[in-house]
Amino acid sequence: MVAVYIVIGIVVILLIIFIATYNSLVRLRNQVKNAWAQIDVQLKRRHDLIPNLVETVRGYMKHERETMEAVTKARALAQQVASAGAGERAKAEGELGAALTRLLAVAERYPDLKANQNFLALQEELTSTENKISFSRQFYNDSVLKYNNQTQMFPSNIIASMTGFKPGEFFEVTVAEEREAPKVSFT
Amino acid sequence: MWEQVRSNQTRSVILVIGMGALLLLLGYFLGIYFFDSGTVGLIFALILWIIMSLVAYFQGDSILLAMSGARKIGPDDHQRLYNVVEEMKIASGLEAMPSIYIIDDPALNAFATGRAPEKASVAITSGLLQKLNRDELQGVIGHEMAHIKNRDVLLMAMCSVMLGTIVILAWYASRALFFGGLGRTRRSSSSGRGGSGQIIILVVAIVLMILAPIMAQLIYFAVSRKREYLADASSALYTRYPEGLASALEKIAASPDQLKSANQATAPMYIINPFRKQGMAASDFTSTHPPISERVRILRSMAGASFADYALAYRQARSGAQAVLPTAAVATAGAVPLRAVQPEAKELGEVQRARETSSLLWQLNNYRTVNCLCGTTLRLPPTFKDPSIRCPHCGRINPV
Repeated sequence: MVAVYIVIGIVVILLIIFIATYNSLVRLRNQVKNAWAQIDVQLKRRHDLIPNLVETVRGYMKHERETMEAVTKARALAQQVASAGAGERAKAEGELGAALTRLLAVAERYPDLKANQNFLALQEELTSTENKISFSRQFYNDSVLKYNNQTQMFPSNIIASMTGFKPGEFFEVTVAEEREAPKVSFT
Repeated sequence: MWEQVRSNQTRSVILVIGMGALLLLLGYFLGIYFFDSGTVGLIFALILWIIMSLVAYFQGDSILLAMSGARKIGPDDHQRLYNVVEEMKIASGLEAMPSIYIIDDPALNAFATGRAPEKASVAITSGLLQKLNRDELQGVIGHEMAHIKNRDVLLMAMCSVMLGTIVILAWYASRALFFGGLGRTRRSSSSGRGGSGQIIILVVAIVLMILAPIMAQLIYFAVSRKREYLADASSALYTRYPEGLASALEKIAASPDQLKSANQATAPMYIINPFRKQGMAASDFTSTHPPISERVRILRSMAGASFADYALAYRQARSGAQAVLPTAAVATAGAVPLRAVQPEAKELGEVQRARETSSLLWQLNNYRTVNCLCGTTLRLPPTFKDPSIRCPHCGRINPV
């Protein structure tokens, strides 16, 4: 009789551990999903701001067509891969970020533009969106790290593989240009 | 990353329980002295405390905001501030956007309030808004966001209520004792206990009356100081840029203005102690905040942005001091690099920020703005009803 109680006790304890681990895995996965949605919102916001920016800037920067076109093109490309995985998207968005940084750096040379109230508001909006993108990326990567640790470390990895939790993908910016300082060409 | 919330909670709970015990002890002995029954005093203290706690829980944030004269602003009122708050909300992983308030005061200070992370508010003085650049503002808001995220706000509110109850009890008891002698006469006629027992109880009651508020205050300050370090470390982690907060704290420390609307009970809510004295080190038990110079030194000597880096910098700054952050939190974070310094060319200057802030304040007070052709800006109070106004500078008649 005692042996039966012990077995029942062990089973109950194992069940409780299983439930707790499973729930914490679900919570972490949801956090990763939420964090990803947050990045998505900010990237969309950036895509929405760009036509406005190009429109405002066009009148002032007649000689910077290439820079403006680069931004428009990068935006179109980024929108095409909007439903792709984290890795591919990060690359396209990295290009777009680099093109935008160049455009804003060039804009520094146009005093008229910098006096334009509309442009200043847009510039603040863009700066902030860039920050929000990098902060949401930061939070997303932290969440993925925590989630992956949980899915790969013993003993939670057993439960994770049993119930089909797959490790998440980091959002890394792989473009070399984004890390360098913006180059301003004086031609 | 968020384990420190839980581990910090247990530590704070112990301190709060200590404070509660103090409150009950005071109530008990005052009860014995005044009503001849410890239970009556106990119940009296408990009821007073429960009522005050309920008020603080449900109305605390609005009372605090109203007392400090804070005005709520929307996304269009001050684009940069709203954006910075949203950035920090994202970095901290907070789910709801806190409300943003402005206090019209040249002093440099900020605080966060709200009983739950979903119903939080951040308040900032207009002086701070115009003195700080974007990175510094980010550091300060990150610090406040950490208070919200770590649930310090509720804890500090509950602590300050308990402190308040103890102070009120002790104050009224001392008045009754020295001027009224009400309980004493009644008791001497009704009870036939010996004089020596009475004297002992009287002595204990008086000692408690004097010591309880001081003890409670020390506990309150201990809780508060710990929370400040944790919030600084969290701010560095969110922004990946401790220099922002460090230079903001320096600017705040250099300012001679004191906040008019703060008082002793609300002091720990602010980013720096609103009652600090100039040039005082204040590294003692009687301070709600760690000395600013030390906070700056710790932030500046951080090699990375993680909690482990902060803990290391803290140990270096105060050689041999015990751990300031919960060990679980320090162990979990991996290496976190600092953000590179961004060029500051695009920043607004301080004059522009001052203009921006003052026009925000005019707007909040319902003043209308008329731009005259000669370049003069006219601010019209809400009581101004005329259809047109003559520019005092050039004499043009402008329609309102």
